[in-house]
Amino acid sequence: MADDLIFQPAARLAAQLAAGKISAVELLQACLARTRAVDGRVKAFNSFDEAGALALARQSDERRAAGQARGPLDGLPVGLKDVIAVEGQPLTCSSKMLANFVSPYDATVTAKLKAAGAIPFGRLNMDEFAMGSSTENSAFGPTANPWDLTRVPGGSSGGSAAAVAAGELPLTLGSDTGGSIRQPAALCGIVGLKPTYGLVSRYGLAAFASSLDQIGPLAHTVEDAALLLGAIAGHDPRDSTSFKAGVPDYRAALAARKGPWRLGVPREFFGAGLDLEVGAAVRQAVEFYRQQGCEIREVSLPLAAEYAVAAYYLIATAEASSNLARYDGIRYGHRSAAAKDAIDIYTKSRAEGFGPEVKRRIILGTHVLSSGYYDAYYLRAQKVRTLIRNEFAAVLRDCDALLSPTSPVPAFRLGEKSADPLAMYLTDIYTISVNLAGLPGISIPCGFTGAGLPVGLQLIGRPFDEAGLLALARAYESAHDWHTKHPIL
Amino acid sequence: MFTRVAAGYGEPENTLTDPVVLALPGALPVLNKEALDKVIKAGLILGCAIAPVCTWDRKNYFYPDSPKNYQISQYDQPICTGGAVEIELPGPARNVMGAHRRIPLTRIHLEEDVGKLTHGATDSLVDCNRAGTPLMEIVTEPALHGADEAFAFLTALRTAMVQGGISDCDMEKGQLRCDANISIRPAGETKLGTKVELKNLNSISFVRDGIAHEIRRQTAVVTGGGSIAQETRQYDGEAGTSAAMRSKEMAHDYRYFPDPDLMPVRVDEAWLAAIRATVPERMFDRQRRYLEQYRLPYTLTSVLVPQLALCAFFEEAAALSGKPQAVANWIANDLQRELAAAGARAQAAAGVDLAASKVRPAHIAGLVGLVESGVISSSIAKEVFVEMFATGDQADAIVERKGLRQSTDAGELERWVAEAIAANPKAAAEFRSGNEKALNAIKGAVMKASQGRANPQQVDAIARKLMG
Amino acid sequence: MSNNPDLDLDYVANLARLALSDTEKTGFSGQLADILRYMDKLRQVDVTGIEPMAHASPVFNVWEADVARPGLPVEAALRNAPAQRQNLIVVPKVVE
Ligand SMILES: [Mg+2]
Ligand SMILES: [Zn+2]
Repeated sequence: MADDLIFQPAARLAAQLAAGKISAVELLQACLARTRAVDGRVKAFNSFDEAGALALARQSDERRAAGQARGPLDGLPVGLKDVIAVEGQPLTCSSKMLANFVSPYDATVTAKLKAAGAIPFGRLNMDEFAMGSSTENSAFGPTANPWDLTRVPGGSSGGSAAAVAAGELPLTLGSDTGGSIRQPAALCGIVGLKPTYGLVSRYGLAAFASSLDQIGPLAHTVEDAALLLGAIAGHDPRDSTSFKAGVPDYRAALAARKGPWRLGVPREFFGAGLDLEVGAAVRQAVEFYRQQGCEIREVSLPLAAEYAVAAYYLIATAEASSNLARYDGIRYGHRSAAAKDAIDIYTKSRAEGFGPEVKRRIILGTHVLSSGYYDAYYLRAQKVRTLIRNEFAAVLRDCDALLSPTSPVPAFRLGEKSADPLAMYLTDIYTISVNLAGLPGISIPCGFTGAGLPVGLQLIGRPFDEAGLLALARAYESAHDWHTKHPIL
Repeated sequence: MFTRVAAGYGEPENTLTDPVVLALPGALPVLNKEALDKVIKAGLILGCAIAPVCTWDRKNYFYPDSPKNYQISQYDQPICTGGAVEIELPGPARNVMGAHRRIPLTRIHLEEDVGKLTHGATDSLVDCNRAGTPLMEIVTEPALHGADEAFAFLTALRTAMVQGGISDCDMEKGQLRCDANISIRPAGETKLGTKVELKNLNSISFVRDGIAHEIRRQTAVVTGGGSIAQETRQYDGEAGTSAAMRSKEMAHDYRYFPDPDLMPVRVDEAWLAAIRATVPERMFDRQRRYLEQYRLPYTLTSVLVPQLALCAFFEEAAALSGKPQAVANWIANDLQRELAAAGARAQAAAGVDLAASKVRPAHIAGLVGLVESGVISSSIAKEVFVEMFATGDQADAIVERKGLRQSTDAGELERWVAEAIAANPKAAAEFRSGNEKALNAIKGAVMKASQGRANPQQVDAIARKLMG
Repeated sequence: MSNNPDLDLDYVANLARLALSDTEKTGFSGQLADILRYMDKLRQVDVTGIEPMAHASPVFNVWEADVARPGLPVEAALRNAPAQRQNLIVVPKVVE
């Protein structure tokens, strides 16, 4: 029985739960068994609380038996990237700094999942404080790509992507500041959605770059992503940047919205640096939409293509340098045993608690905000950001969505880029501008390379048009079977 | 300011915190509307320009009392700019009005307070209760010329903030704090010397003393051929000394940038109008009005105008009686005295609240009416007032109950006077021989015999007649 | 630092309250010089008259009314404190 549940889409599992064919406890035990079997190799999890999750699963079964099930997510385990707060659970951000930190409160998304009857399960590995594109910057060791254990799962939500791809969990949440949901989803062959900035509350998400961070779902299918997004989206008075708007029924919209769509293909996103096999797979996906009657337009995003990475790393590191100042070893977190005075507490605790990439970005961000550099770096980057947003807005006036590769390359080898931070930054070249513009973006599987590595197609939509974007993605998915293929572990 | 956990003074340590105050991973700030309303009101009271749009910035620096290691503040778009505080300098005598000056303000901005550090012998202790409380920072132009002006400035500012309902401004509770920047210059020169920041000024008197001390210190340094170091000094009010603070050695590169967690505020005319309607009359405007409209003497106005409740009380009583000066006298003297005495009996340091007084404006108006119409004498009125204060009865009821109405019965008056003359033959003889003053002894005896009820003018006339 | 005279690593590390080892300093100064050189391409963009973008979708006047919500019990507030005494967080002596 248990084996049948692995790799099942969440929507199917929800239907089986509703029909009484399986129980929440059985489903959770299947996930636990799978995790025990494969996670020693995948290393998607930082930790999990088996007893706590089983108690929630039992409560779900009791609710259902009493006819009080709370909806499609009731009884489904949902994995959380270890950057999202769950009351009474560790919140490490994959950092030595927070290795022993236990959150005394729930993030808004956690509270929403609990209210929907879902079972928040497990703390999933990531690049430390979400800084990275390979999950190699974790203080607890890297996560492996389930398709090839010698390769990276992408990042920073590498644990969230690998857990779904390896069949350990049907649904997970990640966070995306510059591609950190979409890129690992692409490299692991699953669906990952970064919502419009402001759609999902950031309350309880340990901040990397506040003006760019968004929480979003990772799942086997577009429908599953729609299901999970519906549960976590919506206005939150505890997040001033949360948008005041109603949440449509994303799942219902999948069928309601049908093409043909007007789709833009940014010329610059298919240029130098794009892996040939990735480019071919994505072009085929574009061709599919054309055959479905969609109008395909070649569009140009010269500023986004050329300057997004530079603007992004200035803005993101500046915000991060300030956001991470709170990790000082005083109220919580790692405190250096060698600290003899108040200055030592800071300098030594932070030196010992943070890994090299986090330090590098704090230094960079501090520098670009410092006296004499602010205008040349930070302020200029914010102006370029305005231009990039305007560029997207102009293109999206005539197009319903844009199509591009998610990542220029398939999963690379562990260690391959870790010595060259700039080369690592450039792997986010197609995803970063979407965060700068605050737009929704989704990555869906669109093929495999000759070596059997997944390729992701990125679809970029209009602000708060997640319903349209999901329907567009679903149109591709329903005509292809990439999402039914799973790694052998 | 950016959290909804309760604020309070004197609560057990670290009991007024939440994820936002403690800067836990994932916590986010959300503005408090009330804090905005109050700073806008403060700005309107002080005549500031209110910015149509204001934004929030992060001021980055590490300190153990600052949970986020940045403070959310307003850097280049503060909510209030300009404005002034009118001050009164000490006059030549207590009953003479001193000179007035307007101290121009640079800006007022809103920010959040930090926590509290206590220093022990070997370590320091952090209490985060106060962290996150709204803090309004008022910055003046370099326009105060000495310790007395600073004292007058803070007194006037505190009155304005208390009367506006902005803050209780209790310095002991940290509700009003002051850092003073002091620089000197040779007489006749315009360029100021290096400024020194003085901290730890825990009362308005310490501010005055600390500034006076610092001016003396700087003058001694400069006249001794030395130069002033730009530094922050901590003033010890008890000892009257100051010492340089070491923590300010750290670089001041605050790396201000717009806080991405907070949205800008737009202040429209309707919002301003709603707040403007709640702004009370400024203290010195009110004083000028009392001097002109009610023709009150300066000393009475300077008792009334610092206390808004007393002013309301006075204006109501004055309207009821039509005798503003008499009414003001009763309120500023007798009522104040009885309230203070009642407070001392109740061991309440601040006296008994005016709001709890049984004497209301109508009582004062009634009492003044009885005196003005000659029903009771002013000395009987004092007695009636004490009784009114104790019982809350109206003056006329007390007068009737105790039979205090002035006697105008000619027969009764003649009998009292005749008895007084008979009992004071020496005084009578002196009066008859031309000593006018001796009449007072006769009149005094009549008042005593009548228990104050005899009409003084009638007594005077009868006595002259009987001894004529 | 010789690689990039613009970035004073010691100054910035002090502002950021980060103690860097000599190895880290050597590594970072080269890497950060590369990164900053890459960032320099932003100078090619004409940003005359362009407003800086602080928010992806700015709205005004986001606030809450002054209604208190329960906070954390002191045990929860101090649960993660590295050192505490009598409900206060202990730090090495701060010299003012
Ligand atoms: Mg507090
Ligand atoms: Zn300040």
